[in-house]
Amino acid sequence: MRGARTHTWLWLAQRTSAMVLAAAVAVHLASIIAATQGGLSAAEIIGRVGGNGAWAAFYGVFVIAAAIHAPIGLRTILQEMTPLPSFSVNALSALLALGMGVMGMGAVIGLYGLGAG
Amino acid sequence: MQGTLSVSIWRGGRNARVGQFVAYDVPRLENQTVLDVVTYVQRKLDATLSYRFACRVGMCGSCAMTVNGRPRWTCRTHVARVATSGRLEIAPLKNLPVIKDLTVDMRDFFTKGVRAGGVFRPTSSRADDFAQIPPADPKRRVADDGIECIGCAICYAACDVVSWNPDYLGPAALNRAWTLVNDSRDGAGAARLRTVAGDAGCHSCHSQQGCQEHCPKHLNPTAAIAGLKRAVAVAALKGKL
Repeated sequence: MRGARTHTWLWLAQRTSAMVLAAAVAVHLASIIAATQGGLSAAEIIGRVGGNGAWAAFYGVFVIAAAIHAPIGLRTILQEMTPLPSFSVNALSALLALGMGVMGMGAVIGLYGLGAG
Repeated sequence: MQGTLSVSIWRGGRNARVGQFVAYDVPRLENQTVLDVVTYVQRKLDATLSYRFACRVGMCGSCAMTVNGRPRWTCRTHVARVATSGRLEIAPLKNLPVIKDLTVDMRDFFTKGVRAGGVFRPTSSRADDFAQIPPADPKRRVADDGIECIGCAICYAACDVVSWNPDYLGPAALNRAWTLVNDSRDGAGAARLRTVAGDAGCHSCHSQQGCQEHCPKHLNPTAAIAGLKRAVAVAALKGKL
């Protein structure tokens, strides 16, 4: 049957990105809860996190994992739930990946830049 | 045991344009199965009712129907277990074309069994000695977990993915493929993995476990499909897919 390698690599990419997301979301939520417990404001949080290379790298990985994971899932949903042809399904999924990647990385770079000043 | 069962049986084709439920009153009997009820209707009340059965003892897999909304093997389903309010609604299996009344066209289901690589590919001939496989062999045990399938298509009817994507190979076909992947006498190897990993193959499964929930033989096709996904992934990582 057609597409065996493609389907398998997409499945592997989604599973691997899910593992990264599981850890990344846990760290993200834990750090939010920990930070807000002391009554820190958004500006104070940005002041601490912005300009920090480790946090920028962490959120960079987070964005990449999300930009891989979500479009593969959306592709399956579109295939099963809509009559769209496969070209449109793949194009929409690729657009979502691109959008999430560009906007997410823009946010990460922006946050890093905020701390620099 | 006395009394009367109110039975609604689907008559005609698949949808409401060409079919409808028809009500029958059937005498309630001790140890009565759903198949007994359908047989009573066909023999005593309406000889034009079409349905399929053969062995009556849960071996042949031909009498599966939708009973009160769930796919079941009717020969081994006691009325007492499913008609707690004295009512039975009997319809053809979902996800398969209806030929007439309770009889469905099983061709898609069996064809997918072949398309999923469900045919044994021997690596030896009759001139060779018997293959000796210890019953405790780990791969043999995995294969043993799935080989009792009777091809009743209950899992196929219970699978939401089949209803969304009619091309999906389905739980029974993939379960069969998994038993052969674990059969050390079989030689299809990567070719079968390529077959099951293609369009509408094992990666289409959402692991909702409807197949496992409804399988009358208590098999677990979801686990078999998960095994296929792992085997295919390992083959891809090794460059053998």
